[in-house]
Amino acid sequence: MSSNTDFVLAVEGLTVSFDGFKAVNDLTFYVDENEIRVIIGPNGAGKTTVLDLICGRTKATDGSIKFRNRELTRMKEHDIVKAGVGRKFQTPSIYGDLSVFENLEISFPRGRSVFGALVFKRDEEVISKVHEVANMIFLGDQLDKQAELLSHGQKQWLEIGMLLMQDPDLLMLDEPVAGMSVGERQQTAELLRSIIKDRSVIVIEHDMQFVAQIADKVTVLHQGKILAEGSVDKVKNDPKVIEVYLGH
Amino acid sequence: MFAEYSSSELLSIFAMQGVAGLILFSVFVLMALGLAIIFGQMGVINMAHGEFMILGAYVTYLTSHVFSTYLPDFFSIYFILAMILAFIAAAALGALVEWAMIRHLYHRPLDTLLATWGLSLILQQTYRTVFGPREVGVTLPDWLMGSYQLTESIELPINGLFVMCLALGISLAVALLMYRSRWGTQVRAVVQNRPMAGAVGINTGKVDRVTFALGCGIAGVAGSAFTMIGSTGPTSGQLYIVDTFLVVVFGGASSLLGTIASAFSISQAQSTMEFFMSGSMSKVLTLLFVVLILMLRPQGLFTLKVRR
Amino acid sequence: MSYQGFRSLLPKKDLYSFLVLALILVVVLPLSLDIFRLNLVGKYLTYAFVAVGLVLCWGYGGILSLGQGVFFGLGGYAMAMFLKLEASDPESTKIQSTPGIPDFMDWNQITELPFFWEPFYSFGFTLLAIILLPTILGYIIGVAMFKRRVGGVYFAIITQALAAILTILIIGQQGYTGGVNGMTDLRTLHGWDIRTDNAKYVFYFVCVFLLFVCLFIAQFIRKSKLGRLLVAMRDKEDRVRFSGYDVSNFKIFVFCVGAIFAAIGGAMFTLQVGFMSPTLVGIVPSIEMVIFCAVGGRLSIIGAVYGALLVNFAKTSFSESFPELWLFAMGGLFIAVVMAFPNGLAGLYNTYAAPKVDAFFAKLFGKTPVSHSSPPTPLPSKPTNTKTESVTLPQGVVHEQ
Ligand SMILES: Nc1ncnc2c1ncn2[C@@H]1O[C@H](COP(=O)(O)OP(=O)(O)OP(=O)(O)O)[C@@H](O)[C@H]1O
Ligand SMILES: [Mg+2]
Repeated sequence: MSSNTDFVLAVEGLTVSFDGFKAVNDLTFYVDENEIRVIIGPNGAGKTTVLDLICGRTKATDGSIKFRNRELTRMKEHDIVKAGVGRKFQTPSIYGDLSVFENLEISFPRGRSVFGALVFKRDEEVISKVHEVANMIFLGDQLDKQAELLSHGQKQWLEIGMLLMQDPDLLMLDEPVAGMSVGERQQTAELLRSIIKDRSVIVIEHDMQFVAQIADKVTVLHQGKILAEGSVDKVKNDPKVIEVYLGH
Repeated sequence: MFAEYSSSELLSIFAMQGVAGLILFSVFVLMALGLAIIFGQMGVINMAHGEFMILGAYVTYLTSHVFSTYLPDFFSIYFILAMILAFIAAAALGALVEWAMIRHLYHRPLDTLLATWGLSLILQQTYRTVFGPREVGVTLPDWLMGSYQLTESIELPINGLFVMCLALGISLAVALLMYRSRWGTQVRAVVQNRPMAGAVGINTGKVDRVTFALGCGIAGVAGSAFTMIGSTGPTSGQLYIVDTFLVVVFGGASSLLGTIASAFSISQAQSTMEFFMSGSMSKVLTLLFVVLILMLRPQGLFTLKVRR
Repeated sequence: MSYQGFRSLLPKKDLYSFLVLALILVVVLPLSLDIFRLNLVGKYLTYAFVAVGLVLCWGYGGILSLGQGVFFGLGGYAMAMFLKLEASDPESTKIQSTPGIPDFMDWNQITELPFFWEPFYSFGFTLLAIILLPTILGYIIGVAMFKRRVGGVYFAIITQALAAILTILIIGQQGYTGGVNGMTDLRTLHGWDIRTDNAKYVFYFVCVFLLFVCLFIAQFIRKSKLGRLLVAMRDKEDRVRFSGYDVSNFKIFVFCVGAIFAAIGGAMFTLQVGFMSPTLVGIVPSIEMVIFCAVGGRLSIIGAVYGALLVNFAKTSFSESFPELWLFAMGGLFIAVVMAFPNGLAGLYNTYAAPKVDAFFAKLFGKTPVSHSSPPTPLPSKPTNTKTESVTLPQGVVHEQ
């Protein structure tokens, strides 16, 4: 097993196999403190699976994932969250039956046990935090709306907002701007820039323009393996990357 | 507990109980196959499955009546026709139910369960109104009566053997249908990925209807076979329904092989234990055992891996 | 509790429905019905305990248990065992070959009280058992199933199997349980005859009181963050999990609460009706309890009480006049409540009657009507495509009033 590192996230030799099919194959990468890492790659490359592995949704067949030197591969999902990893799903995943306020409130990191949830009080601290986050995600005036009624882009924002309530050290976003209009993309890029202070972020994205706007470093995934890694420009001009991904 | 029997006695006890177990196994398989097709392929729990089976039994009863009254010369083969009619009747009712009820509830499996329970109550009362509350039995043609002496201490009832063969034949036919026919491919495609199957031009609605009708039809045949070893009353269908569900769930919902394997182990366990303790205790122990295993291994014996 | 806290627990609209129900159960029915009928209502109300528990488990938690009869039976049998022991004192059983043990044991050639009967001489233990037995069993089932993410139809089938197992066990072990006939001929509680009209009145009011305790607990859970979490879990379980919650614990909790409610109902049944039998434990009664909840509206705890009352009232009057039609009616009810009225009476009330009632109150008091946030969206609000994808088959999403 690997030794301790200064990295926020150290993924080493990560492999997962589904009935012999290796969706992620001997993957190694490191994420720095306060870094924005973007993962790109063609459909089915294994990007979502990597996030699944980090947050415990899928169990790794082999390899290690260390978050601040804590091994995540054997931890339960909710413990990984409590350790400080937050994750947004590819399709907006919000509670349609609850209001925007309640959606955000549920992610507030207090009263997570059964008893805690029973005696949870909606006090000033919660209310002001919800308002603060709602304003950041452009939903400040929609707090009482049923979340189901939001537009697709607003739902994406709401889910990002739910993560902000958690205030994770490592934020993982799976295609946060998919299905958004140009204007919304612009807003989201601003939003991301404003929330990445004091935390590391892993973003999966297909939109290269958007990637160029936010990325510190890009990792290109192909068939479960790393094809290239480096700055946006370096990756963009890599002939292998152009061939399997950007070319078409 | 074995001390009081000699080894040869023990052997024939096990053999006899094994045969009884095989007959129970055949009934389980016949009932479970239809249920497994419906549940495994469509995710629908059909609580009225037992009543579809009883429909087949009543059809058989009526056919035997008609033959003995009008066509006594052909009585020895009425059973073949009865099974076909049972299949048609149950399948037709199944298709109707699918059209009127099930298709509106596909994404609400728990509600389907409740609605089909309601259907089962209605069918039970219908049977009671039409056929009366008493159990009815069919007259078996001569060639199905009696038993076959295997050794001195082991004998096999012919009707039991027939039901076993029937179970075997129908399982084979279903397996062929699922894994060799074009329709089977379509069904499996729908199971694996419904939207995609729809996108490549499979009429998923029709596949569902046919699957449901087929499952019910097999239940009808099972009921028909059932008349050979027991009598039929309006509530007979409920007798086996829990066992059958457990058989299906225990087998791993989407595997025919699993269904058969689990039907085998459950029926053998139950009938072997039955010799050493009361019938009710052996049933309790068997069910409890199955439930415990399911708690440890909820996906059942055999599973199909699909991305969550 | 502060006024603020009270208001958030019981907002005006809920307060009115609690008050109306209390008025009906405490004043109207006792004044207008003779004791025979009132005792029947009391019996129906014992099912309401189960139905209220099911609102939490099924309506909110999306966990459909088809084995609530097991818990009802645990409570009922625990109480019956105590009463049976009291009725089997050596004096009144002296004609038996072994005096001092319950009559059915004597009939089954049992000569000694089984060890697990012994503690039920104590009333305190019995009361404790009524709460603890279902909690422990519910906890074991819950841990085994929910920690492994088994839910949906699998859970339903397994709980149904448990109901079947318990029934067969009770019937098969008649020497210890009274068998098919159950435990009958229960007479006194601490020497006080439970078969008199007087006792029936007392039990009725105790039953109503306990029901309201359960209703308040349910309301508290519903209004707490736990209630919102349940709704959230029913919708997007993974999102809740990845917001740092151990989802299974919440399911185990509501399942245990439902089990306790059912057991209290069972104990009150034994007291009011004077016997307990396996016919109240098995598959059929268990699934009927679900229909009480569904008819009332699976998201309405008050609705569950009306559902239990109405369905049972209908059952009694049907079986008195057209017994053969009852199964048709019951079957039709199952289908209708699933296909046409997924939100049950509560849904119908909110859609049709509530606006008028509000307008009436508004006129009466000259105030603005109590607002009903949004009309009930029909089940399902969106098709989920999870049929074959996971072991957990989520419920269609329901939205409350
Ligand atoms: N639990 C699972 N069981 C079987 N196969 C799986 C599972 N999870 C992922 N896969 C397979 O792994 C491969 C990688 O999938 P993944 O979703 O990670 O790709 P992706 O890079 O996120 O693609 P996209 O850009 O379309 O989102 C796919 O072929 C997928 O079918
Ligand atoms: Mg993806």
